[in-house]
Amino acid sequence: MTQFKMHLLVCGGTGCRASESEQLFQSLKKEIIEKGLENEVQVITTGCFGFCEKGPIVKVMPDNTFYTQVKPEDAIEIIAEHVIKGRKVTRLLYINPETEQAVSDSKHMGFYRKQLRIALRNCGFIDPENIEEYISRDGYAALAKCLTEMTPAQVIEEMKKSGLRGRGGGGFPTGLKWEITSKSQADQKYVVCNADEGDPGAFMDRSILEGDPHSVIEAMAICGYCIGATKGIVYIRAEYPLAVERLKIAMKQAVEFGLLGKDIFGTGFEFEIDIRYGAGAFVCGEETALIHSMEGLRGEPTIKPPFPSVSGYLEKPTNVNNVETFGNVPVIINKGADWFASIGSEKSKGTKVFALAGKINNVGLIEVPMGTTLRDIIFEIGGGIKDGKKFKAVQTGGPSGGCLTEKHLDIQIDFDSLTAAGSMMGSGGMIVLDEDDCMVSIAKFYLDFTVEESCGKCAPCRIGNKRLNEMLEKICEGKGTMKDLDLLRNLSHVIKDTSLCGLGQTSPNPVLSTMDNFYDEYLAHIVDHKCPSGQCKALLQYVIEAENCVGCTACARNCPVNAIAGERKGVHVIDQATCIKCGACLEKCKFNAVFIK
Amino acid sequence: MSKITSLADLRNIKANVEAKMSLRERSESPESMVQIRVAMATCGIASGAKIVMDYMINELDKRNIPAVVTQTGCMGYCYAEPTIEVTRPGHQPLVFGYVDAKKADQIIGKYIMNGELLDGIIPVNYENIEGK
Repeated sequence: MTQFKMHLLVCGGTGCRASESEQLFQSLKKEIIEKGLENEVQVITTGCFGFCEKGPIVKVMPDNTFYTQVKPEDAIEIIAEHVIKGRKVTRLLYINPETEQAVSDSKHMGFYRKQLRIALRNCGFIDPENIEEYISRDGYAALAKCLTEMTPAQVIEEMKKSGLRGRGGGGFPTGLKWEITSKSQADQKYVVCNADEGDPGAFMDRSILEGDPHSVIEAMAICGYCIGATKGIVYIRAEYPLAVERLKIAMKQAVEFGLLGKDIFGTGFEFEIDIRYGAGAFVCGEETALIHSMEGLRGEPTIKPPFPSVSGYLEKPTNVNNVETFGNVPVIINKGADWFASIGSEKSKGTKVFALAGKINNVGLIEVPMGTTLRDIIFEIGGGIKDGKKFKAVQTGGPSGGCLTEKHLDIQIDFDSLTAAGSMMGSGGMIVLDEDDCMVSIAKFYLDFTVEESCGKCAPCRIGNKRLNEMLEKICEGKGTMKDLDLLRNLSHVIKDTSLCGLGQTSPNPVLSTMDNFYDEYLAHIVDHKCPSGQCKALLQYVIEAENCVGCTACARNCPVNAIAGERKGVHVIDQATCIKCGACLEKCKFNAVFIK
Repeated sequence: MSKITSLADLRNIKANVEAKMSLRERSESPESMVQIRVAMATCGIASGAKIVMDYMINELDKRNIPAVVTQTGCMGYCYAEPTIEVTRPGHQPLVFGYVDAKKADQIIGKYIMNGELLDGIIPVNYENIEGK
């Protein structure tokens, strides 16, 4: 058999697909056939490489060459130069922003060097639509081991020993959850995979389902074996069409191979998986709301207890785990709980996937051991702040989390240290903010989201968050008072203490943490009527410096509301009453005469 | 496709795809195995580097030696093409010149498998930025 001497891996994640990676895949294939290389070079679509900032990505194996921002028309050059002549196409290589030199391969990229990929182990490595490639990476071996060599109790013991905690945000020990559900007595139990990823900026669950769907299927079957369930349901948001498609393909293949269905591995164990679509409501990430949504009811949470492990879907014992949590399970079984427990910090074992977004150079998906410092994540892997600006804060945990500042950069992040610092792990979204971001506006941004997404069932969340939002709006407009600050804090605590579910219990966190860490900014808005970052429109004025103004009339001609008056070659003046603060004059002025006061 | 009913079936599938996946698996940790770079610039190709590369890939596979064979650009020894650079784990890279299938066979049998030196080594006159 002639072996392929080269594999071209093309990213087929949603991000890269949006920048024509499918067409790129086709042109690479076409070019290879045209040059008669189809027996030597293989083109494969994979899941997300994580380096979404510079997509579409093409990785050449075996030399690990990492091409970024590849367009379909670049296919000809890659084949002619790299594949045929062995010369890397330098202009497509990743450029290290610090040294401004092209980086020859992924082994030399800061982005990958500090990462440890467990949940993302197969993303960007295998073809997610090919079950054999998953099997070659020890896929379904964990399921086989559990079914043929271990009792459910032994598997649960192994999971408990590994120290794996729920990756959806709660951080509840997974093994314990399985154990509790396994002890509930019922004629039917359910395994539910929570793929209702709702945090703004988080997309690790989508990427795992797109890049390695079989790992989730395998883990769900293992969970079913442990708790005594024969049915699994994936609750996934309908906005993830590619993840749904790949999951469906994977499920079909698993059934064809006899890895789902009746008598799996000849042991008599049966397990099947269904898909339920969510309409994309944030509250449905909460497990009781999710279960109600699956039952066809309104997506509203109910009081726990009873916990889903006792009475969940259709009032049967139900075990709900997040996608990333499941993604870790097969590896733990294959490599052993001790191996997994050796990674990470004291109380948080293993790794965590983070979605880097905001004002950071390397926007993308990363996976690091628990206990890695924020500094390493933001400045080493993330490549630092965009445009050389100054780091101000990082928002972790989405709308439920808080802001961490410079003084937190060296904490080793895990579930507990983040909570202690006034934020939380959440599902792993990290939004990086620079000196130009106004912290009051950021708090308001998240409150806007929570107000929109509150299901309205309980008053503290429905009415309280609305009031918080109104107060923040008042402050952003410069109409806030010191009394509002006290009110903000008091109301926040009331909402946290009295809301029914996690959404309301955590929604004031962005307000509280910005007040704790950026009290000065709140004061500036209230006392000085100034927005230090120049973001709050009501608090800033555009003015023209008489000394610099040459009277070119460019600003006056471009002002959409005719707020600027002045003679040709004479000094211009902005009428503040008419000005809508659009910034057009600032943009057009070539003489640095317009500035923000 | 027949159904998988045992661990053995699963292992069979794994073994079948292994040949295909090994290229990717090995690239994950190239420093732990023999790395061979074949100079495949115009001069190299004209002198038969492609045949050498194919021979290397197939022969190493046949003898079950885990290795990563990559092609590279001109190494500058155009007089001695085809040239290949061989790095055994933990050793300095060695460059061999005038490599044909017969020579490649000797390189595999003597140097790669046993660490024996043989004729045709070109003294390295460059430093690699990757090593820095």
